[in-house]
Parts: sequence; C-alpha cells; structure tokens
Amino acid sequence: MAATREWLLADSPTSRLQARMGRAYRIVTALLRNPLATLGLVIILVLVATALFAPLIAPYSPIGQELANRLQPPSWQHWMGTDELGRDIYSRVIYGSRITLTIVLLVAVISAPIGLVVGAVSGYFGGWIDKVMMGITDVFLSMPKLILALAFVAALGPGIENAIIAIAITAWPAYARIARAETLTFRNSEFIAAVQMQGASSARVIVAHILPLCTSSMIIRVTLDMAGIILTAAGLGFIGLGAQPPLPEWGAMISRGRTFILDQWWVATMPGFAIIIVSLGFCFLGDGLRDVLDPRQGENS
Amino acid sequence: MSAISLDNVDISYGDTKVTFGASFDVAAGESFGLVGESGSGKSTILRAIAGLGTTWTGAISVLGKPRRQGIDKTFARQCQMVFQDPYGSLHPRKTIDATLGEPLQVHGIGNRGNRIEAMLEAVGLDRRFRFRYPHQLSGGQRQRVAIARALMLEPKVLLLDEPTSALDVSVQAEILNLLKRLRQEQNLTFLMVTHNLPVVSFLCDRLAVMRHGRIIEVADVGLLKSGKLVDPYSRELYQASGGKSS
Amino acid sequence: MSAPLLEIENLRVSFPTQQGRVEVVKGISFTLGRERLGIVGESGSGKSMTGRSILRLIRAPGRVTADRLRFSGIDLLAQSERQMRAIRGARISMVMQDPKFSLNPVMTIGAQIAEALVAHTRLPRREIAQRSRDMLQAVRIDDPDRVMRLYPHEISGGMGQRVMIAMMLVPEPDILIADEPTSALDVSVQAQVLDIMDELVRNKGMGLILISHDLDLVARYCDRILVMNSGKVVEECVASQLSEARHPYTRGLLAAMPHMDETRETLPVLDRSQWEAT
Repeated sequence: MAATREWLLADSPTSRLQARMGRAYRIVTALLRNPLATLGLVIILVLVATALFAPLIAPYSPIGQELANRLQPPSWQHWMGTDELGRDIYSRVIYGSRITLTIVLLVAVISAPIGLVVGAVSGYFGGWIDKVMMGITDVFLSMPKLILALAFVAALGPGIENAIIAIAITAWPAYARIARAETLTFRNSEFIAAVQMQGASSARVIVAHILPLCTSSMIIRVTLDMAGIILTAAGLGFIGLGAQPPLPEWGAMISRGRTFILDQWWVATMPGFAIIIVSLGFCFLGDGLRDVLDPRQGENS
Repeated sequence: MSAISLDNVDISYGDTKVTFGASFDVAAGESFGLVGESGSGKSTILRAIAGLGTTWTGAISVLGKPRRQGIDKTFARQCQMVFQDPYGSLHPRKTIDATLGEPLQVHGIGNRGNRIEAMLEAVGLDRRFRFRYPHQLSGGQRQRVAIARALMLEPKVLLLDEPTSALDVSVQAEILNLLKRLRQEQNLTFLMVTHNLPVVSFLCDRLAVMRHGRIIEVADVGLLKSGKLVDPYSRELYQASGGKSS
Repeated sequence: MSAPLLEIENLRVSFPTQQGRVEVVKGISFTLGRERLGIVGESGSGKSMTGRSILRLIRAPGRVTADRLRFSGIDLLAQSERQMRAIRGARISMVMQDPKFSLNPVMTIGAQIAEALVAHTRLPRREIAQRSRDMLQAVRIDDPDRVMRLYPHEISGGMGQRVMIAMMLVPEPDILIADEPTSALDVSVQAQVLDIMDELVRNKGMGLILISHDLDLVARYCDRILVMNSGKVVEECVASQLSEARHPYTRGLLAAMPHMDETRETLPVLDRSQWEAT
C-alpha cells in the first residue's frame, strides 16, 4: 500500500502512466479531504449501488399491486409505507433510482460533449463560425429550460426517452457557452501557437489541446447541473410527460401522491426525500470538484 | 540564398498598420537581432514570418520558399519558434514527454522515446524531468523544454521571441549559453527579437533597430559593441541601455 | 549623517505552505538615512517582501517579526492598523511596478492625486488642486490641467509611472519605497522616470529604497546597495564600488550579465554551491 502511494506521488515519474495516475491520485486525495465533497461522493455511490443492485435490495416488486394494503403508513413490513395501489414505496424508490440515474447519465453524455465541441470550435475559430454557432446557442439559451423541455416532450410525445432528449436539448447551450469562454482565455496563448507552428491541423489542436483544458470546468458544471436535471425530469414526470405509469419515476410518484398529501404524507414525501438527497449529493460533489479542479488552484497541486 | 528575406512588408492588425515597408535579409547560419521598444513592431514581424495569424503585404521568404498565410508541415520542419513566456508556452496539462512527442506525432516520425531523451540531454535537462508537468519545473527549465520542442523537427531556422526576457539574470546566462552552443552545433539561423542590447552583443552577428513599425538601421554587431551606431534613435537606445558613449 | 530614518534588525517574514511554515525573509538588518538605498535580488530573494513589510502590507497568514522595525523612532510593529494608515502615504510611500495595475482605472488622474492629499491633510480644495498641479509639473508633465482630467488608460506607461510618483510624493513623505518602478517600462523611458524620482528625492531630502533585479540600474541610482539571495542579505556595499563586490553571488551575478561590448564565448554561470547552506 505504502509502496503504491510512493509510486503515485513520485517526484519524477518514469512513464506516462505513472504521471497520469499520480495526478489523478493527487486530485482524488484532495477531494477526499473535503468532508462535504466526500459526503456527496458517498451519496452518489450509494445511488449507483442502489440502481445496480435494485433487484437484490428491494423487498417487494415495484409494480406489484396489493389493493388490500393500500395507503399503509411506514411500518416494519413497508419501510416507507404503501401507495394508493398497495405498492411498496421503498421498493419503488429503489427501482426509481435506476430511472433517475439513467436520465441523469444519458442527458450528461448527450449534452455535455455537444456543448463542449460547439463551444470549443466556436471559440477557436472565431469570426463568422463563432457568430453563427453562438447565435444558435443564444436562441436556445433565451428560452426557459423547463418550458422548452415541455414543448419538446409535448411535440415528441410523453415517455422517458423523449424526456431525456428534451432535457438534453435544453442543457447543451450552457455548456457551449462555458466551453467557449474557457477556450477564449487561452486561445491566443503561446502553447497553442507552438502547436500550430508544428503544422498541426485545427482538429488536432482542438481535440488534443483545447478540449482537455475545458474538461475541468465542464465536469464541475455538469455535476452541479445534475441536480437541476433530476428536478426537471421530476417536473416532467409530475406533469405526466416523463416516465409513464407504472414506472416508479420519483417525480411521477410525487405527482400521484399529491392527492393524499395531507393524510398519507409518505406517498409524496418519500420520493421527495430521495430527490433532495441525491440532488444535494451532486451539489456537494460538484462544489468539491470545483475546489480541486479549479485551474487557479489546481496548477499548484 | 538567404535564410530569411523580407521585402517591403506591411503588416496590419485589422485596420491598423503596424509595420511599414520592412525589408532585411538574414543569411544562412547567421544570428540576427531585431531590436526595438514595445510597439515597434518587432514581434509582429516574427509572427508574420511564422505565419501566426497576421495579414501582410509584400514578400517574405524562408529558405528560398515564399511564405503565405498559415503553416504547412514542410514549413514546420524548416522553421520553428521559441516563445517568450516560459510559463505560457507549455501546455499545462501535458507532460514534458507529451509536449516533446507532439511534433513527432504530427509528422509521423518514429523512435519517439529515444529522440525525446536525446533532445532532453542536448538542452541540459536530466531524464527525470521527462514525465513531469510544467508546473513542476522552474522558469529556466521550462524554457529549455521550449527550446527542445522547437528543435524536435530539426529545423534550420529558429525564430526567438524575447527568449530570456522573463528569466532571472543567472538563468538567462545559462539559456544564452545553451542557445549559442546549439546554434554552433547545428549550424542554425537565428532571428531573435529582443529589447535587451547586451544580449544582442552576446548572441548576434547583425542587428536591425525598429521604431514605430519601421526599420531605421541595419548594422553589424561590431558597431553596437563599439557604440558606433549611426541613427540618432539607435544611439539613444544604446545610451539608455547603459552603453558608454564613444 | 543624522539619525537614521529607518532601523531594521532581524526582520523575518514567513508564510504557511503545504510543507510547513516557510521563511521568505530570514533575519535581515539594515538602516536607512536620508540616502538612496538599493535592494537587489532575483525572483524569490525576498526583496519585495522586505519593502512590503516595512509598510506592514503583509497580511495574515503571512507573519512579520523583527527585533527592531523603527521609523523615526516609531516602532512600526507596535502600531495599530489605524496608526499605520496615518503613516502610509503621508510619511512612507510606495511606488509599484506596473501603473496599469496600480492606478485606479475608474478615477481620473487628478482625483487620484488629490485623494492622497485628502486622506492625509485638511487642505482646502483650491490648495489641493494647486499642489497636484505643482507635483505633476515636478514630474515633468507639461500640461497638468489636461492630464488631471484623463483616465489611466489614456496615458502611456511612462507617464502612468510618473503620475504614480507624483501621487506618492505629493503628501511629502520622508521615505519612498520603489518596488521595481521601471521594470514594466521601455528602456528609453526608464532613465527618464528614474531621473525624475532621483531629483525629487534629493531635493526633498527623502530616503529612497529602490528595489530591483537590475544591478546596473541600482548601481547608477543609489548610494548604497544590499544584495539579497534566498531571504538573506549577502552583500552590502557602496554603489560606486559594486565592481569590487566580494560575495561570490554578487560577483557571479555581475559576471553572468552580458555586457554591451561583449567578447566572451560563454557567460559564466552561477555556481550556487559556493554559498548556499544545506
């Protein structure tokens, strides 16, 4: 253990792998020194584990109805109570984590790369390419995200896939703006000029030199956005435009629990807790990542 | 055939003209200093020769081939540039190995590992620096890496933009010695931009003095050393730099 | 020479780092009378920190300690922040390196010079304007009324630095600390600015501390020189006798600089093992 640590922290690495792993190790240890960030990381890991092992953890089926048992308060048999169709809420929340994780990951995987490339290309080339791309980006940015997502889902039809596409469409413009701003800060710096002097193609400069410098701020922004994405998905689900019944999507669960909120508070509140905790987890992690990856401080690590 | 040749070159940034009718020649194997104060246009000329995003009219040729906008791979193997700021000329997220290996990758040159190690040795850097990141190196060490990078493609012409201005005196001496040695070993042509006249005395054979975008004097370095520059502005510069009047 | 203006003994400045507390100034001592003192060193030598510590400009987590840090009999270390503010500008002034960054971009030149007087005196407005005008003329700005209405971005670097000097000297302090005052300026302007500073300092009988990395410059404009390396003073000599410096670091620096009439094939490189402690 100690030998590995020494290898990672070596002053003069002897291979590319050692250098890269050493850097990653320093970043991770710096992150873990922050208690809130660690908490966030733990929450996310629990979310991932829950989603992966849902069939093993959930005591009941998420869609199995038992009308005799409807609207039972939390008890030893049903930790979070049952909903209006007698389904165990705890199991539904657990299976719902899969949906939440799927939405969040797919949106991030779709929108972040698009935004990154649009922003970097825009910032690097400038001129009319910049004007056109940022014009398009601004059009998307000028509309409120939830309304835009609503419009897309209404056009494409309800369903979880369309919800994901709709949210991704509203998310990428912000990333494009960030990537462009980052690119502009070092676009004229000497190390870019040096690569250009080597006869590198624009594609190479952007992919190998500019994108790596944008990734830190991108990772931070995406992580912080995940809370917002969860809430947007929940919002869509709440209105009935996201995941359709009987899928245990947390937002849809809250929506259905609205009618019983006064007497059977647990039906709406339990999934609500789940959303809050997961959102907080992403926020803490994102803040921690920003402290660790921020270029101003990161260079000194 | 001169290594670098400028004929009546006007360079503009947008609508503003920055240099006016610049003309001079640098012979192959010569070390030529381009001197002037800020705003004189000296760095602009360097960038125009390098092809780094300026619009110009006139004729520029390097090693006999006329220059155009932009940088193609053939030009990259003939002429390279060493930049001023050791803190800004290396990509912060790439190891020294990656930075030095990049030009080889772009041009499909093999045997990278050995070439990189040989170059590190040539610029006086120990092997243990190979996989470090730039922030783990001092200013002088970074500048050595910058010089190594410029020489990876074995160019014949080296453009130097104030290569030691950002360095301490003691480090400057080391880098100047290194540049002189490399030039002698590889018979390189230098075109060096600087505002520091004593550096020109040490490193250059001839120099041109620029002011407000115009070349006002081209002289042999002997005239600089003996304080016998002709133009009154050149003499002013000489005295302000601490030269003893002759 | 009369009683020293500044007496410093065993000045230490330290900062916390990941590897523990690090001293950047390691116990230096010197005095300053009504003379021009140059402090020379490379980056990391501690020279700027020395200048700032005199004015108590180093904030926590940096720590400044000294056995003696006296200005005209006043113990600077014992002064409260309020008392220090009365001293800064009025009795000890500081000119910094780049006027681009040290002049307030949203205030006119006139307002900034006047501010120095408003902060430390109770003169009527007319008097303040007149003193500002006089000061601008003293730094050889010929059209003071016009310049006073300009903003910092509308004037050149050399003029900005002269304005800075005017601003710092208008309250007539006893000591001027100049931290690399000409490093950001062109060579031809450097001499002009330094001449002006030199003239004013001598006319008013002030003390001057000139901090720089440029040995030649300091030798030309100072009476005495302190050479610093890694937080310590390694040499103290009279400026005119700089070429007879004895410490290997100073001699190494002098030798490593290229001369205008250079004939050497290689420049001698500093052999740091000669004086560096383990």
